[in-house]
Formats: sequence, structure tokens, C-alpha cells
Amino acid sequence: MWKKRIIALILLLAGVGLGFTVYASEKPGAKFMAKFPFRFGLDIQGGTQLTYQADTKAVAAKDVPETMAALRDVIERRINALGVSEPNVQTEATRSATGDSVQRLIIEFPGLTDVRAATEQIGQTPLLQFKTERPEGADKDAIKKDRDAVKEVFTKEGVTDAEKQAALTAHPRALEDADFIETRLTGAQLKKAEVVIGSQTNEPTISLAFNDEGQKLFAEITKANVEKRVAIYLDGQPISTPVVREAITDGNAIISGNFTMQEARDLKGRLNSGAIPVPITLVSTQTIGATLGQDALKSGMHAGLIGILLVAFFLIMWYRVPGIIASLAMGIYVALMLTVFKLIPVTLTAAGIAGFLLSVGMAVDANILIFERMKEEMKKGKDLGDAMHDGFTRAWTSIRDSNISSLISASILFWFGTSVVKGFALTLGLGVLLSLFTAITVSRSFLYALGASGKSKLVHFLFGGGFTK
Amino acid sequence: MYIIKHRVFFYILSGILLIASMGSLIFNKWNYSIEFTGGALLELSYQEKPQIEDIKTALGKLGWGTVQVQAAGEKSVLIRTKDLTEKERQELITVASIGEKTEIVRFSSYGPSIGAELRSNSIWAIISVLIGIMLYVAYAFRQVSKPVSSWMYGFITVIALAHDVIIPAGIYIWLSAHNIGVQIDVLFVTALLTVLGFSVHDTIVVFDRTRENLRSGLKEDFETTVGKSVSQTFTRSINTSLTVLIVIGALYLFGGESTKYFAFTLGIGVIIGTYSSIFIGSPLLVTMANFIEKRKR
Repeated sequence: MWKKRIIALILLLAGVGLGFTVYASEKPGAKFMAKFPFRFGLDIQGGTQLTYQADTKAVAAKDVPETMAALRDVIERRINALGVSEPNVQTEATRSATGDSVQRLIIEFPGLTDVRAATEQIGQTPLLQFKTERPEGADKDAIKKDRDAVKEVFTKEGVTDAEKQAALTAHPRALEDADFIETRLTGAQLKKAEVVIGSQTNEPTISLAFNDEGQKLFAEITKANVEKRVAIYLDGQPISTPVVREAITDGNAIISGNFTMQEARDLKGRLNSGAIPVPITLVSTQTIGATLGQDALKSGMHAGLIGILLVAFFLIMWYRVPGIIASLAMGIYVALMLTVFKLIPVTLTAAGIAGFLLSVGMAVDANILIFERMKEEMKKGKDLGDAMHDGFTRAWTSIRDSNISSLISASILFWFGTSVVKGFALTLGLGVLLSLFTAITVSRSFLYALGASGKSKLVHFLFGGGFTK
Repeated sequence: MYIIKHRVFFYILSGILLIASMGSLIFNKWNYSIEFTGGALLELSYQEKPQIEDIKTALGKLGWGTVQVQAAGEKSVLIRTKDLTEKERQELITVASIGEKTEIVRFSSYGPSIGAELRSNSIWAIISVLIGIMLYVAYAFRQVSKPVSSWMYGFITVIALAHDVIIPAGIYIWLSAHNIGVQIDVLFVTALLTVLGFSVHDTIVVFDRTRENLRSGLKEDFETTVGKSVSQTFTRSINTSLTVLIVIGALYLFGGESTKYFAFTLGIGVIIGTYSSIFIGSPLLVTMANFIEKRKR
């Protein structure tokens, strides 16, 4: 008996301790656990989120993750140059409506609501590409035809966006380059860019040195295209289209394009600061003002507190002593979840907080199942001790099966998720797992620690719950 | 048992609800949020709110086609346009900022590709949850095979689930068609998926009791066993839904704008989910068993 009581006491103290720690670490000036703040989503702390889509068509499938990592590094370096505090840059691979893999880059600037500086800095994408001539033939003709058709629509008077869109859908190749084909050589293989004054022309040019892979690719390209043009594109614009005289195997290329000295220097700087390995386009922007977020947090907490207190009130009214125990277990559950949120850390969004509150409601379910079962066993005339024991064992299968089904939905939500839904799914899933622990282990040891038994009227009143007959 | 005996009444009730909801799904215009369609949404808060018409006129000059302007709260205005580039975003803010001290409460812009992807992902997610749950239930009930096979439990669970998603969805779509503030967004899909999870939770608890009673080897007919299982789990079902509804109610009333309709959908889903696990799922088991019995003869 005393062993059970000591375990229960330890659990209770641990719960109170956790709750207190979470509370204390949130007070201003707290040192303890200050390393583990709650991490709030942009919708709560305010800030800006930019989503870029990366066009990885030209990259071999197996190299995509590496390319995306390189892209993230480049962007991270640039944002850090801006001096924005703790930006969060992450890559995301999803499937498009047509089933293709889509690569995205999500950049979050907490607290920053003026996006202009950021988009400008990121938007200037030194995307360096090398392209070779497209041979005459069906491909070239098809693209040209689509181009002309679309051009005709676009240049008409009073043409609407919808009509433009329709024309583009009807002529899918219109946006392709008729004259040149992309190669695998891009800024990703660039080692260094330098400004060099051309020895004969006396005008500034930029010399590029490639890494080993780039050197090999460049050698292949030049070898295959002797006496043909190789175009150098920067940010989608051709800046020089030199004719290859002979294969270049030492991995050095020259870009010339009637630059002024200043232009050449800027270009060099941009290339060195990180040539983006693949083209990116901004597909979504979100800005949330700080006040809106604070309101969401405040009202979320408010709702949580009221909801939890009402649930506790209901449990105690209906189940009496077991209700008190369930409320304690629920309190420990909340403290445990908040601690986990801090330690993992889970990014809390408005939806995540809603998911957490919902999980509080669902966490009580296991206890309700157990207590109802206990009641039933007592009605059959069992002693309270036996009824408790049977209540726990009998309720277990349904608790297990129903929670596994919740976990299935949570995992699918997580897999399907955009970041908002992911946060919700994570809190819900974690909630299911932790609530199993609190509703079963914690409540059980509390109940057993009471050491109550017998089948007197008082026992029935205190443990029977419901309306007593 | 009352519920099982009068099951036809509940089938008809659910049938009416289902037909009404399907009607709502088919005949109402679906009011998608910009996450799904692509487009931009700007919420501006003004020191002194100008006339909505003035803002509309000013924005009309930008020539962007349809621009919706709508009041939100006392000081704010919501503006919905096509998706915008960074340059256009600045134009929008400059044009819409009438008077002093306007503040951007929020701004979002989504390209059309994201929306298409989100829509197909949402459908896949719902289908996957249905299949995943059906497989799991069939597996969990593998030891019961008489008089209804465990696959039938899985199948009925999914029918109950479909019932539980269609009705809240119908109500929500009806609301969204009549109130521009209620839109089909990611949170709506999330709510539906959560309802799926909760509803199956409930159905499983009742089925589990049937499973246990069947195993205990009492020689009653199936109908009595199911009826008994429903009444044995009745209080639990009601109490659990009640606690969840208390929390959702608090979320709806005090939880702020962004999750208000999310809580609403969840609430409807929880009520319907509880109803179906008691009044539809278990009765269907009996109907199915009788049907199989008849065919054998």
C-alpha cells in the first residue's frame, strides 16, 4: 500500500513541479529553463512568411535534396547579411495536383512585417545558367508556334488575365526558350567569380572558375559545341552568347557583355554571394501584424483555461472522487504537454493551440471509459477494489483501439500537412500518446493510493458517480 | 433495446440529414479561401475608417479585375484580389491606405498552383484516413467473424464516418455560401479530418463492447447483444462528447476569430459523430447481420 502511495506522491509532485517550472520559465527575467521558450508560429508572434517554388526540372531526381539544401544555404547566408533576427528557412517537398514532386523553400521572418527589404534581397537571384543551341527541328518549331500564338493573344487590345491564362494553358510550350536548351551547368558548380579587364578589348569581363564537377561539365559542353554558341544566362536573361572556338578543359569561363566597371563589380559580388542553383519564384507571401497574433494567443489561452476548468467541474460533479483524480491527471497532462512543447520544440500556431485544447477534451475520454466501467462493476455487486481493477483492464481494449485510430488520422494529417496543419496534427498526436500515460498510469496510481475499498453506501456515493438512486 | 428496435426511424432521420447536406454540397457555390484558389487578402486597420465605396473606387483604378472590399470589425477592412507580386502588393497598400496611420493587420498572397495542390492533397488525405481506419478496424476486430465478418465492422465504420463528414460539411458549405467570412480553408479540411478521427474513436468504443459481449459467449441473439452494448456504453459516449464539447464551446466563444469556425465545424462533427456511433453504426451491424442471415436461407 505504502509503495503505491509513494509512487502516486512522486507522480503528483512531478506534475506540480513540471507545471511550476513551465510557469516560472515564462515569467519575465526567468533564468531557469529560459533556454527553452515556447516557439510560436507567425500567426501568433506576427511576422512574414515567404514561399518560393524551386524549378528543379533540370536537376536529376537523386540530386534534388542536395540542390535544395544548397539553395537553403544560399538564402540563409543572404538573410543573415540583412541582420534579421533568427529567420527560419526550410525546404518542403510536396506533390502537386498532377502528381509531380514540387520543391519549395519557406522563409519565415518572425516579428518582421515590412517585407520589402527581404523580398528585394532574396528576389535578386543571381541564377547563372549555361545553355546550348537548340537544333533546328520539330521541337524548335513547336515552341515557336506556341510562342507566336500566345504573343498574338497578349498583344490584343483589352485582353483580360483570364484570357491570357487560357492562352498559356492552350500553348504549354510558349514559355520555353526556342533557341537554347538548359544544361546541367549552373551557378551551383561555381567556385569563384572575378572581374578581369579583357586584354584586347580593354573592357571589364567576369572570369568564372568552376569546381571539379563544373569543370567537367563545361569541358563536355564546349567540346560538343565547337563553332556553335553557348549562351550564358543570368536571372533568365542572356548576358553573353559567345561562339565556342575550341573545347575548354581547365574550367575557366569568361562572361563579357559590355559591362561598366561598376556593373561588373556588382555582378561579381552577386555571383560570389551565392549563385542560386535553381530558378525560384515567389508563390506566396503572408504577413501577420503583431497585434492580431497577440489577440489570438490571449484568446486561445483564455479559452483553454475556461474549457479546462469547466471540464474539471463537470468531472467532479459527475464522478466525485474519481472525478477529482481525473482532474488531477488532466492537470498533469497539461503540464506535461506544455513541457514537451518547450523541449521538442513544437511550433505553436492558433490551430496548434486548438488541437491541444481538443486533445485535453479527448484525454479525459480514457478516464471516462474506465470510470463508467468501474461503476458498472460496482453495480454488479463487486467490492470497490475489484471494480477498480476490472474497470482498468476491461476498458483497455477500447482505449487502445480508439486511440490508435486517432493516431492514424493524426499521422495522415501530418503527412498531408502544410505547416499550419502539421502543427495541429503534431499536437494532436502527441496529445494522444501522453494522454494514454496520464489517463491510465497516473489515474490508476492515484486511485489505488487512496486505498479505498468496500461496498458501503458511502463508497457508492463517492465512487459510483452519476445520479444515485 | 429501444435504439436498435426503432432503427428505421434513425435511418430515415439520417437519410434526411444526408440528403439535405448533399443538396447543400451540390447546389451551393463553394466559397473557397485564397489558399485554395490563389489570390491575395489584405486586412488594413484604419485610425478612422473611410467609406468602403471610396476604397473600392480607388482600387478600381488599378485595373485588377474583381476586387472585393468588405468591413471587418470596427476599424478594419478586408480586401481580396488576385494574387499579387511584391510590386503590386505595395501599390495595393499605397492605394488602400486612405487617411493617417493605417496599419497592415495581415496580408497573404497565394499563387494558383498552391491552391490546386492543396485541393488534391485534401481529397487524398480524407480518402487515406478512410482507408487507413477501415483497414485498422478490420484488423482490430479480426477475431470476431460471427455473425458479421470483421470486414463488415470496418465497412460500417467507414459508412458512419462518411455520414459524419458529409453532414458538417453540408452545414458549413451552406454557411459559407451565405456569409463571406466563412470560407473553405485549410482549417476546414483539418476540422473534417479531426471529426473523422473522433467519430471513429466513438464507433470503436461501442463496437468494442459488442466484441467483448460476443466473446463472453452468452447465447443471446445478435440484436440483443448489440443493443446491450449500446446501452452499456451510452453514458460514456455522452460524457465524452460533453467534455469535448465543453472545450470546443470555450474555443468557439472565447478562442478568437481565426479558430471560431474551426471550432464550430468540430462541434457539429462531434455531435453528429456521437449520434452516428450510437444510432447508426450499431443498428447497421444488426441490419447487416439480418441481411446476411436472410441470404443464407
